[in-house]
Amino acid sequence: MKNKWLKLGSLAMATVLVAATLVGCGKKEAEKVALAGSTSMEKVCEALMEGFAEVNPDITVTTEYTGSGAGIESLIAGSVDIGNASRNIKDEEKESGVVENVIALDGIAVIIDKQNTVTGLTKDELAKIYTGEISNWSELGGADEAIVVIGRESESGTRSAFEELLEVEDSCVYAQELDSTGAVLAKVAATPGAIGYVSLDVVDDTVTAVTLDGVEATEANVLAGTYALQRPFVMATKGEISEQNEAVKAWLDYVFSDEGKEIIKGAGLIIPE
Amino acid sequence: MQKKTEKLAGYIFLVFGCIAVVSVLAITIFMFWKGTPALFEVGVPELLFGTVWKPSADQPSYGIFYIILSSIVGTFGSVLLGVPIGILTAVFLTDFTDGSKMGRATSKVISSAVELLAAIPSVIYGLIGMMILNPFMYKMEKKIFAGSTEHQFTGGANLLSAIIVLAIMILPTVINISASSIRAVPGSLRSASLALGASKIQTIFKVVLPAARSGIMTGVVLGIGRAIGEAMAINMVAGGAVNIPLPFNSVRFLTTQLVSEMGYSSGLHRRVLFTVGLVLYIFIVIINLFLTHMKKKGERAYD
Repeated sequence: MKNKWLKLGSLAMATVLVAATLVGCGKKEAEKVALAGSTSMEKVCEALMEGFAEVNPDITVTTEYTGSGAGIESLIAGSVDIGNASRNIKDEEKESGVVENVIALDGIAVIIDKQNTVTGLTKDELAKIYTGEISNWSELGGADEAIVVIGRESESGTRSAFEELLEVEDSCVYAQELDSTGAVLAKVAATPGAIGYVSLDVVDDTVTAVTLDGVEATEANVLAGTYALQRPFVMATKGEISEQNEAVKAWLDYVFSDEGKEIIKGAGLIIPE
Repeated sequence: MQKKTEKLAGYIFLVFGCIAVVSVLAITIFMFWKGTPALFEVGVPELLFGTVWKPSADQPSYGIFYIILSSIVGTFGSVLLGVPIGILTAVFLTDFTDGSKMGRATSKVISSAVELLAAIPSVIYGLIGMMILNPFMYKMEKKIFAGSTEHQFTGGANLLSAIIVLAIMILPTVINISASSIRAVPGSLRSASLALGASKIQTIFKVVLPAARSGIMTGVVLGIGRAIGEAMAINMVAGGAVNIPLPFNSVRFLTTQLVSEMGYSSGLHRRVLFTVGLVLYIFIVIINLFLTHMKKKGERAYD
């Protein structure tokens, strides 16, 4: 007798559960936020999407890494909600109604080994070092020591940013191509005459970060906009954020929340003021 | 009843035996399936014989010729360096340590050192190479290329460093297999040679080593296999820029190509990396076919 009641009870509960699920499905339309754009922003986007999914499991966020230009184009064409760009929005893009929302600043430090007496370079000198035009530190007022040009592997976000900002894309002549930030840091520290580039946040006292055009590589100078090797990470929208639908607003709210900022910092980026 | 369990056990063993076969088949099929499309997309000559590797340029170029060449040169360089050392060590272990107490003790020390050498993880080899070999190489590089404007200074991360690290890494394989095949040479051959008035050295080089030839070759081929497949250690010492494999150039191997670029690559670039993997795989298959052939020859020699 007891068993029968149990059976009935569980059956009833199962029915309620199934019904509730069905009702739930019918009620909520799957909300979506579509992003497209910069490949450099992949790391931070993936991290943000992961965090966002925990807070807002009902909203699906999709991101395609097509490049900054293509991302903004898709945004203007209306095929995505947000265009990711790892550069400032151009004036003609703004005329099409694109609004620039800077979520982070990406700073790159140029590092040399501790023994090197050179402390500062100009942007032009740096470009010449990386294209092989300058190959000895004596040409820059340092000791007679060959320059060992160290960089990252192709497709690295840091490398693409560095080459883009110096306008030396695909004309760099590397002596060593390493596949991680840590490896660049270690090699530069250990090799006399070496020069390398890493994310600003990982620079430590095993290497010297050179000044660029007289400006020190610090977070403050990146924020002030005076340090040259930096770029903004933009999540552009068509029209102001307030004009967006609820899902997009929720996404951007999360990105600009304290939690979002922690994730962005965790990706080695600087939060704009 | 017992027959049944015997049969059942047989089937179970068969199933487990099949795992290896299935794995090899799956890997082969997967490598060809993933690796061939890029060959046609880029074009076989452009891909295999192109010398410019610029996957992220506006006009991307996917030439892996220097990478293939680096792998071949690096492997053969390490064999050239490692095999003589390995064979002579094996000869010492088998023919020069008998008799005296001192000899046996030395033999024991050397054999356990060789065993340990085989057990050291490749990342440790890389680390030591990076910390000791590279700075040393850089000093040499500075001396050799002093005043040169043509040469790009690499800071000691070059092909030569990779060759030296690989040579040490293949030593245990070459020593162990050579030693066991030298031991397998019948004592009567040695005695006959000595009885004819040949000296010990003459006996070793004219009688024992030729008799153990196929076994030694097996060791060499296995060493080649280990060298060409090594990634971690040389990723740390070879510099990783795509260049012609000259001793003091920073180079990239087939293996390190995959290690360093698989992470961020996408689209055609990623498909080309699978082709790089396929090329490596084909190299390994060729080496193994060669090995099987050698072993067969060796078996016939002892018949």
